[in-house]
Amino acid sequence: MNRYPLWKNLLILGVILVGLLLAWPNLYSQDPSIEITAARGHEIGEASSGEIKAALENAKVPLKGIESLEGGKLLARFDTPGEQLRGQETIERTLSERYRTALTQSADLPGWMRWLGLNQMSLGLDLRGGIHVVIDVDMEAALEQAVERYSGDLRTLLREDKIRYLTLTRDGANILIRFEDAATRDAGEKKLKREFRELDFQPSEESGAFVLRAGLPETEQQKIKDFALQQNITTLRNRVNALGVAEPSIARQGDRRIVVELPGAQDPGRLKDILGATATLEYRLVDTEGSVADAVAGRPPVGSKLYYERNGTPILLKRRGIVTGDQITDASAGFDSQSGSPAVFVNLDGQGARRMRDVTTENVGKPMAVVFIENRTTTQMVDGEPVKTTRKVEEVISVATIREPFGRRFQTTGLDSSNEAHDTALLLRSGALAAPIEIVEERTIGPSLGQDNIDQGLESVMLGLGLVLLFMAVYYRVFGLVANLALVVNLVLTIAVLSMLQATLTLPGIAGIVLTIGMAVDANVLIYERIREEIRNGNSPQASIHAGYDKAFSTIVDANVTTLIAAVVLFSFGTGPVKGFAVTLFIGIVTSMFTAILGSRALINLIYGGRRLNKLAI
Amino acid sequence: MTQKRTINQLNIDFMRQRKAAAWLSGAVLLVCLLSIVFRGFDFGLDFTGGTVIELGYAQPTELSDVRTALETEGLGGATIQYFGSRTDILIRLAPQGDEEDASAKLSDRVFAALSRAAEGQVELRRVEFVGPQVGEELREQGGLAVLFSLIGILIYVALRFEWRFAVGAVVALVHDVLFTVGVFSLLQIPFDLTVLAAVLAVIGYSLNDTIVIFDRVRENFRRLRKGTVIGIINSSINETLSRTIVTSGTTLLVLVALYFLGGETINGFALALIIGILVGTYSTIYVATAIVVWLGLSRDDLLPVKKEGAELDPMP
Repeated sequence: MNRYPLWKNLLILGVILVGLLLAWPNLYSQDPSIEITAARGHEIGEASSGEIKAALENAKVPLKGIESLEGGKLLARFDTPGEQLRGQETIERTLSERYRTALTQSADLPGWMRWLGLNQMSLGLDLRGGIHVVIDVDMEAALEQAVERYSGDLRTLLREDKIRYLTLTRDGANILIRFEDAATRDAGEKKLKREFRELDFQPSEESGAFVLRAGLPETEQQKIKDFALQQNITTLRNRVNALGVAEPSIARQGDRRIVVELPGAQDPGRLKDILGATATLEYRLVDTEGSVADAVAGRPPVGSKLYYERNGTPILLKRRGIVTGDQITDASAGFDSQSGSPAVFVNLDGQGARRMRDVTTENVGKPMAVVFIENRTTTQMVDGEPVKTTRKVEEVISVATIREPFGRRFQTTGLDSSNEAHDTALLLRSGALAAPIEIVEERTIGPSLGQDNIDQGLESVMLGLGLVLLFMAVYYRVFGLVANLALVVNLVLTIAVLSMLQATLTLPGIAGIVLTIGMAVDANVLIYERIREEIRNGNSPQASIHAGYDKAFSTIVDANVTTLIAAVVLFSFGTGPVKGFAVTLFIGIVTSMFTAILGSRALINLIYGGRRLNKLAI
Repeated sequence: MTQKRTINQLNIDFMRQRKAAAWLSGAVLLVCLLSIVFRGFDFGLDFTGGTVIELGYAQPTELSDVRTALETEGLGGATIQYFGSRTDILIRLAPQGDEEDASAKLSDRVFAALSRAAEGQVELRRVEFVGPQVGEELREQGGLAVLFSLIGILIYVALRFEWRFAVGAVVALVHDVLFTVGVFSLLQIPFDLTVLAAVLAVIGYSLNDTIVIFDRVRENFRRLRKGTVIGIINSSINETLSRTIVTSGTTLLVLVALYFLGGETINGFALALIIGILVGTYSTIYVATAIVVWLGLSRDDLLPVKKEGAELDPMP
């Protein structure tokens, strides 16, 4: 009685061994490392690691090792954080033309472990330090921009086909086009329908006018929103990559939110500026003929628009721009060789370069202005409801005379500082945001607090576990020791599953583990109390063990399933911290069912099974 | 053989005290409800929106110095307190919106101001900023999470047992949730997302406890042919009493460790669970089972259903 067949024992042993193997990598320490990626226009090649090695050797920075990572990256390991910083400095100083660096931590795993694809648990930002930002994308603005774009396209098409219309106005998500008579309207409708299949067209007659209403159908609006979100994610990813942060995570959350997580990032202020910035540059000719005074009084000349310089001086610029930010393919920051003031060097795409050359050739000797455009979003509480306003700020940062025709690459000065030049270049390089964004949530954890959190988490796990182990051993003796072993294996399995799934361990996650330690003993307590009862009722020890496990089983399942329901609800409704707790609670409960029922039974069977017993140490 | 170390031979007439317990529970819950309605909660940043900044100073520092430094920068109206020690300071700011990008950039201004005042001897340990609309959403989601887990549990228990048990279990859970959040309201302990997670964990835990007793009640009804309903419920509670105490005890041990060593951020979480587990153990005995009795459970309701045998088949 009370013996498991061999296969069952082997199965349990196998699961435990696999668990140990998966959890093993977590015993290794982390090396301070540098992640090296290629700069724009360069590649990580065969020679790269040799080159970097040589540079470090020259600077007498001891290197622990260098290896290639997936996605064309190199990882250089160092023994101490000091050497890591010196290493970064060396690479930045000597090879910054070709490589970009980012500080990171990397587990010092032996080769065979890496070959097997084993990895450590990934730690949440609250444990390793970093910045977590939730960004809200202004979908209303994205739609508005789309309607604006369609208005322009419709106008152009009607004009090109010489279909006369009276007015073309926007009405929310619709565009209203008024025609003189029904025939022109129908001709217009036919033409537009063929070109713009995605729009809904509805002809009508309103107070004597012949109106064609073009509307965006629901599906089309959804498409526009999805695109805006996707485009913003891409842009943010470019910006984050340009900042040099290792292991960034940028993910969509729901319909309109983006979560950006940057481990270990040090300067939250600058990061937020870069992420949220919508800055771009535009090049326009200066209107030298119109009267600035008239424009200030509210009567700008046709074809011109009033702008202000940074010092507040009004200036008239031509409405038709030369090039806009989206025609800029590359940008870098530097200094003007003559004045030494900060400058942005800009590269244009083919179309932009052609137009720039044409316009500047025609206008040599005339002034040209550079406009710096930025969207600033604010949220205000009006009657207890948050109301968002986005304001477009347009400032003229420099006005200069065109001395000679511009080519594909040229420079712009007039920025306040080299920092601004640097950031503007970064923003131009990574593309514009498709819709304005706003940071609605931020959680930044400094590195020292992260370490404190790990230490405190470990301490409380250890103490809690220790107390429970002690109690169980005293209260249930041999059976208590078996339960303790099951508990420790449960902890190992939880860590193994976390490592395998690469789920993120957070501080609330540690709390979840601590809680499952408390609750995991419950299964064994239920079984052992049952065995004691059976013994009291006069059953033989062997029969008691058997009945104890048997009868407690359904109770354990019921009890755990209900807790699992709570964990699942937590996971699906929770954000950030709550999710972390739900994950470990869930994993802990599932593994505890295995260890407390099967694992402990196997051990009890090995100890007591198939023997003649007079009493049990319980 | 003797079982000196166990607590099993007790035979307490729990059900006789059920009227008194009902009055006690009713009175306590009334106080909790009144407090929740009139005092409300000291909602943490997660639910109200705003900014929290934790700073670590190299030397112990005076709160008044910090306040002065902030006020000279025009950052008045902040709540400033020590966080764990005199070198660690927590600054709370209400959501702002009258200036450009004020909310998201506020933390940068605060840190810049204080690090100037302290001549760089200060380290930014943590910043949490939650926008007003996110705060509202989190509050809403939190309420929904509690509601949905209760509904899920109601369905599961009704399927596995019987509707009277489901009602008893859910009333007990509502009792525990109300009591736990009531204590947070009465004592004005900050209520944040981790506390909400703890409340949900309390639901899971307390239910666990209830299910164990219900299981035994069902088993005893089927096994014992005689005895009153009250008698059977009483002996079921007594039989599982030692398990109830041991499990609550071990979980409490661990939580106390978490409360004292887990650090300031996890304090509220541990406290909510400690309260919840204590009250959950009480409610299992006096609320859940009492409701089942009150709803008129009889033996016929629990006679084996045909399918039951297959489902309960033991695994090992």
